[in-house]
Amino acid sequence: MAKQFLSGNEAFAYGIRLARPQVISAYPITPQTIVVEKLSEFVEDGSLKAEFIHVESEHSALSCAMGASSVGARAFTATSSQGLLYMAEGLPYAAGGRFPIVMMNANRSTALPWNIYGDQRDSVSQLDSGWIQAYAENAQEALDIALMSFYIAEHEKVSTPFMANLDGFVLTHTYEVVDVPTREQADQFLPPFQTQNKMSPDNPKNLAFSAGPDTNTIFKYKEHLGILNAKDVIAEAEEKFETIFGRHYTGLTESYRTEDADYILMTLGSIAGLVREVVDRLRNDGKKVGLLRLRYLRPFPNEEIVKAVKNAKALAVLEKDISFGNAGTVYTNVSAALQRAGISVSNSNYIGGLGGKNISFEEIENIFNNLTQQRSTVQFLGIGGEDSGG
Amino acid sequence: MKPYLREFVPKNLEDIPDTTSYEAGYLVTKNAGWRNIRPVIDTQKCTGCLNCYLHCPDGVIFRKDGKVSIDYDFCKGCGICKKICKIGAIGMEAEK
Amino acid sequence: MAVNARTLNETEFFYGHKACAGCGGSLAVRIALKVLGENAFAVLPAGCMSAVGFNFPQLCFGNNAIISTFAGTASMLTGVQAGLRAQGITDFHAVGFAGDGGTADIGLQALSGAIDRNDDILYICYDNEAYMNTGIQKSSLTPFGAKTTTTPAGKNIHGNLRPKKNLFEIIAAHGIPYAATASVGYLNDFMRKVEKAKQIKGTKYIHILAPCPTGWGIPTDETIDIAKEVVDCGLWYLAEYENGSFTLNHQPKEFSSVEAYLRKQSRFRHLTDEDIQIIQSSRDAKWEFIHKNFK
Repeated sequence: MAKQFLSGNEAFAYGIRLARPQVISAYPITPQTIVVEKLSEFVEDGSLKAEFIHVESEHSALSCAMGASSVGARAFTATSSQGLLYMAEGLPYAAGGRFPIVMMNANRSTALPWNIYGDQRDSVSQLDSGWIQAYAENAQEALDIALMSFYIAEHEKVSTPFMANLDGFVLTHTYEVVDVPTREQADQFLPPFQTQNKMSPDNPKNLAFSAGPDTNTIFKYKEHLGILNAKDVIAEAEEKFETIFGRHYTGLTESYRTEDADYILMTLGSIAGLVREVVDRLRNDGKKVGLLRLRYLRPFPNEEIVKAVKNAKALAVLEKDISFGNAGTVYTNVSAALQRAGISVSNSNYIGGLGGKNISFEEIENIFNNLTQQRSTVQFLGIGGEDSGG
Repeated sequence: MKPYLREFVPKNLEDIPDTTSYEAGYLVTKNAGWRNIRPVIDTQKCTGCLNCYLHCPDGVIFRKDGKVSIDYDFCKGCGICKKICKIGAIGMEAEK
Repeated sequence: MAVNARTLNETEFFYGHKACAGCGGSLAVRIALKVLGENAFAVLPAGCMSAVGFNFPQLCFGNNAIISTFAGTASMLTGVQAGLRAQGITDFHAVGFAGDGGTADIGLQALSGAIDRNDDILYICYDNEAYMNTGIQKSSLTPFGAKTTTTPAGKNIHGNLRPKKNLFEIIAAHGIPYAATASVGYLNDFMRKVEKAKQIKGTKYIHILAPCPTGWGIPTDETIDIAKEVVDCGLWYLAEYENGSFTLNHQPKEFSSVEAYLRKQSRFRHLTDEDIQIIQSSRDAKWEFIHKNFK
């Protein structure tokens, strides 16, 4: 391993290089560009042997990746925001076709109004597309997810595409010291891609076909099982990862001081670092607070959430998205998890960071303090906006 | 490989593949029922010019002993073969 | 050795499909696959040929084949050829079959991108001059005057008001290694072109006119005759583009009647004499251009 000073995008590109994708197709969009620029440099300098395809749109980027995957090649693409939405037709297509493509998404606001900064409305709007969705907190985790993503997506029990999300700018463009594994270690971790779900010269197949009302549900059921299986395979990948690289990950969620916490804040992505600082400060003041970071939104960590909050007095979900006319989508998912488990914990929803708006230490501190009031609400942070959430 | 009729029709949970991929050229139904007229080849007249074979949209006319024959399982009775046959070796007959 | 009915691969690769009786598109796909052989990897977007050939468990391609998104024929072809090449597989032909709407409308951007990259693919457009799979709606390759379900012929408007998009020359303007036009009425010419494209590295494009009896309003046994007649009357032409220049492959000695061609089809039955005169004049202008610019 070697320590390097890398941005989130660069770290992710280093992780991708270690995973040896055979086909990379991508179209530029801020703030994703650096990851594909870096990968094209790797192809140029010969350190990555891959077909780099300069597609003319995001729709073609994913279509090309599906073509490559359909003949058994390991495929990677990256996008953000409008680009993710432009390729949206291909998202359920890739998932339904069970093509284990990996895509990095630089989380960015969606127009209108135009805005290039980070929020998670792009990827969260695609939760129902059938992709595994991971959210990295820092550059090291970004690199490690890049490497693990292929292991998880390509596993025969999963065979599901993988979207790795990095907060735009805050993570994609911020430099940190990152441990970059050696090629030997990476090869030891990640086996070459093998699948029966492919067209090959010696075993001709017909792929991506139609299935009528009689069989369609069965295909969809199997797609559902595949992504659910990712949960066990994520655990398996992280165990193997730790053995080889020595870094420990905790599956679909990461708990921080939640064991005895009365008040828990759930969030995802890079903001978790600041929340951790707030938790430490409040703990010093004797307040029993904790953080549950959602590392994956699909498969959704229903059990982990229930386990973490079942003894809490109240919880809040802080997220960088809003499903207009309802509430934050992460909050809706969390609420359903609690309801299904028969747990009644007072909960609130905070919408923050839209279009890159800063979320301050004090705002997070206030969320915790307000939790003691124990009422359900949907609040937009930092503007004085509140909606009862129906 | 030419697609061909199979006995087994996958229907149930355990028969359906996990992915949308399956053996190429897997046929489970015929097209014969579409037809209300059928082409009939007069093998005496047929010179084996293969024009009908070449122009059949369904590829159901195949070469046989220097002449041609028809796979009635998949012929839809469009009549292109009769029209293209300059020597009148193909006639169309009503299906009973 | 020239490809003809006698030398053609006897194996049928597209078989048992549910295309309408007399379908010109299915004939184009069938013949192209027979010329390309078992190493063809076919990509078909949403459209007639995928709708009739891929209904699980009735799967009608004997070779490797996949359905792409509607706009994604060319981009998926790019991925297929790149993915195979990346694995050291070289003995294959990546071929796309898309209709006129899938090519000239929704798929044009991806096709342009593939040609720009000079990806090693063969793209075949089977042009039946409207969105037939969805029920005969106008595409940009629907000819002037044609009645479709979205260009109805009434008292005020006589069908489609716009001429057929000149896709062949748009494709050629990319400086593509090989492009050609064809018709299912001239299959020997088409087979020769597919065989030629098979030998060329880089992007190849063949645009084959493929009548649709259902959408054109002709009897099912008229497909081949009408596809010949459209060439013979000069409303379509057989040509190639290679090394920066155009070649005309077939010069009718004397044009057959445009009016006779049009009157045979119910989609043109409403046309007035003036409408037919407009069509004939545009044909003459086109041929003037061809004689000036094609070898």
